[in-house]
Amino acid sequence: MSFLKKLKDKFQATDNQEEVSDKYKDGLSKTRKSFSEKINDLVARYRKVDEDFFEDLEEVLIAADVGVTTVMELIEELEMEVKRQNIKDTNEVKQVISEKLVEIYQGDNDESEDSSLNMQQDDLTVILFVGVNGVGKTTTIGKLAHQLKSEGKEVLLTAGDTFRAGAIEQLNEWGKRVGVDVIKHNEGSDPAAVIYDGIQAAKSRNADVLLCDTAGRLQNKVNLMNELAKVKRVIEREVPNAPHEVLLVLDATTGQNALSQAKTFSEATDVSGIVLTKLDGTAKGGIVLAIRNELGTPVKLVGLGEKVTDLQTFDPHAFVYGLFADLLEEEE
Amino acid sequence: MAFEGLADRLQNTIQKIKGKGKVTEQDVKEMTREVRLALLEADVNFKVVKDFIKKVKERAVGQEVMESLTPGQQVIKVVKEELTELMGGDESKIAVADKPPTVIMMVGLQGAGKTTTTGKLANLLRKKYNRKPLLVAADVYRPAAIDQLETLGKQLDMPVYSEGTDANPVDIANKAMERAKEEHLDYVIIDTAGRLHVDNELMDELIQIKQNVNPDEVFLVVDSMTGQDAVNVAESFNEQLDISGVVLTKLDGDTRGGAALSIKAVTEKPIKFAGMGEKLDELEVFHPERMASRILGMGDVLSLIEKAQENVDEKRAKELEEKMRSASFTLDDFLEQMGQVKNMGPLDELIDMIPGANKMKGLKNVDFDDKQISHVEAIIQSMTAKERQDPSVINASRRKRIARGSGRSVSEVNRLLKQFEEMKKMMKQMTNSQQGKKGKKGKKSKGFNFPFM
Ligand SMILES: Nc1nc2c(ncn2[C@@H]2O[C@H](COP(=O)(O)OP(=O)(O)O)[C@@H](O)[C@H]2O)c(=O)[nH]1
Ligand SMILES: Nc1nc2c(ncn2[C@@H]2O[C@H](COP(=O)(O)OP(=O)(O)O)[C@@H](O)[C@H]2O)c(=O)[nH]1
Ligand SMILES: [Mg+2]
Ligand SMILES: [Mg+2]
Repeated sequence: MSFLKKLKDKFQATDNQEEVSDKYKDGLSKTRKSFSEKINDLVARYRKVDEDFFEDLEEVLIAADVGVTTVMELIEELEMEVKRQNIKDTNEVKQVISEKLVEIYQGDNDESEDSSLNMQQDDLTVILFVGVNGVGKTTTIGKLAHQLKSEGKEVLLTAGDTFRAGAIEQLNEWGKRVGVDVIKHNEGSDPAAVIYDGIQAAKSRNADVLLCDTAGRLQNKVNLMNELAKVKRVIEREVPNAPHEVLLVLDATTGQNALSQAKTFSEATDVSGIVLTKLDGTAKGGIVLAIRNELGTPVKLVGLGEKVTDLQTFDPHAFVYGLFADLLEEEE
Repeated sequence: MAFEGLADRLQNTIQKIKGKGKVTEQDVKEMTREVRLALLEADVNFKVVKDFIKKVKERAVGQEVMESLTPGQQVIKVVKEELTELMGGDESKIAVADKPPTVIMMVGLQGAGKTTTTGKLANLLRKKYNRKPLLVAADVYRPAAIDQLETLGKQLDMPVYSEGTDANPVDIANKAMERAKEEHLDYVIIDTAGRLHVDNELMDELIQIKQNVNPDEVFLVVDSMTGQDAVNVAESFNEQLDISGVVLTKLDGDTRGGAALSIKAVTEKPIKFAGMGEKLDELEVFHPERMASRILGMGDVLSLIEKAQENVDEKRAKELEEKMRSASFTLDDFLEQMGQVKNMGPLDELIDMIPGANKMKGLKNVDFDDKQISHVEAIIQSMTAKERQDPSVINASRRKRIARGSGRSVSEVNRLLKQFEEMKKMMKQMTNSQQGKKGKKGKKSKGFNFPFM
């Protein structure tokens, strides 16, 4: 069975695939088109797999923000593979490209490694959201709160961004929209103290999940990163084994700096997963491949819009399916 | 290493060429390949890079580079010149309408920094030009966007026009204009909701606002961390709204900011301001030349020089520069510089501007606060005069003694010595390349006298 077929089968075996498929196809339609169109273009233009072909392929990948280092490695491996299998036809190489891309994402990890959140069965689950400014932390919390609540969970939010103007009101608004309570202090107060109160409230109410918002901060601001580490320590101290997830929110529009974000935030807070937002735009978020490749951090959720329902669990197969949908359809 | 500056990237090729009498076309090709990678790593759009490389190659294959004694430096020079040219000159002027109020519209993607920049611009207009701005809350979609702008208005003690979230943004803009006229406010800054450039409905809303208020400026606000997509965003906003300028935000981060180049190349509109922080006074005039250095990973040398010059004893700095060049810079000199550096402001900011600093792991991981400096001072002060002059004599037992004397750990002592060595290496490299840039040997490179280097 061809790789793409396998991918498709796997994808179709997932639950509610129809809905997810549409979302991804909608959200990624521009991404998908430009990406696979380009690969198809490429294949059409070159009949032979030669140096020029690889140079152009390199550009297609660079354009997706995959990152120079990862792309160079990938191209090198492809060249080797093409030699090994003695591939001359560009159509055949298409296959190998997709295989390699998925391999980069999955690496040595078990394919079935799931990207679901680490939720506690009977105890409080604490999730900390971190990231640079304006990436979508607060919005993602709103969306996730909605999702968890509709699963019947008792959810509580805590407004750890005490810095940005209107940030507390923003989370509060999301709380109202979704119908969950928000623990908050005044603007300018100590974020660790708010989080502490959030935890106490969650405990006394026997809440299932506490979602902790934090202020956006650029990773090169040492003091702010220390502040974040302190917030995490408070959570660790107050709830055993918490935070159960530290989610780094990344904007899909971001280029190579996302890798530096992932590194530095991981150092400060031991990031357990990534939320890739704004995939409804034309940006491709290819940098998550590099992040996965270098740091092993998995993507857990993706943001596909500003509405409360625009959050999806990350399904690598669906993601790749989205990227390669055109190629798949063509295969049939 | 993920992010190498151009200078680092060219090192290998330069080493190879050094022994040879002549530079071949193949050498130039290799160098331009490195230039290409450096730009791509800096997030410059690949199409923009392609055009750019073509230009550089033309110049480089000519006599300028091939006949130069320092071809590596020459390539950097050519690249820097072309880049600066492409980026355009300083253009931070804000339009003034013949008949007040002057209207500024802020547009861009979600989370780019429009609302924050609205506050910053208002602050600048009042502070620098003595104007009276009205802020207009036309983002009715994002939760609490109006609260955000109102809070900024309060912080600035400036009027904010808002009608809540049920009103239509076009109406809000229209009524705000009336309000400004009534109250003799001479600037109207309209903060619009973030939107995707491919969201036709919402882009249409902006077009309508534009038609209604006839703005004097339409500023596209772009996050400087944006990757390859910057060209699509900028092109699309520009096509639909004919923007008048760009504000690049979050440049206080450590991104190379290649998006700046992409945006400039596709829109040909000036980048006017740079957002340098979250606070309302952290908006700076955009300096294309500094941006060019930054994209190339050569550090924001000029900014650093400016900051340094404010605080440094010129004569002493010249002496140090001489020492740097002759590589006789000692730990004593370092100690003295520490003192000067302390007066220069937030250290982590400064460090980020130093070329190559991102490569020096030791530097990057140190928590650069004043406490750290005093630790370093303590360590150096615990060394003997001889050790300070020639750190190579510092063996294990001396390290232990120094650690005890300064109350720091041996590993801290080790780290400092390592940093110092790296720094010396870097100095040599930097002074060399600076000479190359000047084109003439021996001529004193002006301004290359900031401390710490
Ligand atoms: N199109 C789109 N916009 C998003 C998405 N997630 C967040 N946003 C928008 O991005 C902006 C910044 O989001 P916010 O949650 O305030 O970011 P924070 O600063 O990280 O908390 C807001 O305008 C959000 O509506 C997404 O998945 N798609
Ligand atoms: N560090 C830094 N943060 C900024 C800058 N400009 C805006 N921000 C932050 O980026 C986030 C989004 O800004 P906002 O003005 O709400 O963006 P908008 O959605 O375009 O209106 C907020 O957390 C701001 O504080 C800047 O120049 N530097
Ligand atoms: Mg937020
Ligand atoms: Mg806004």
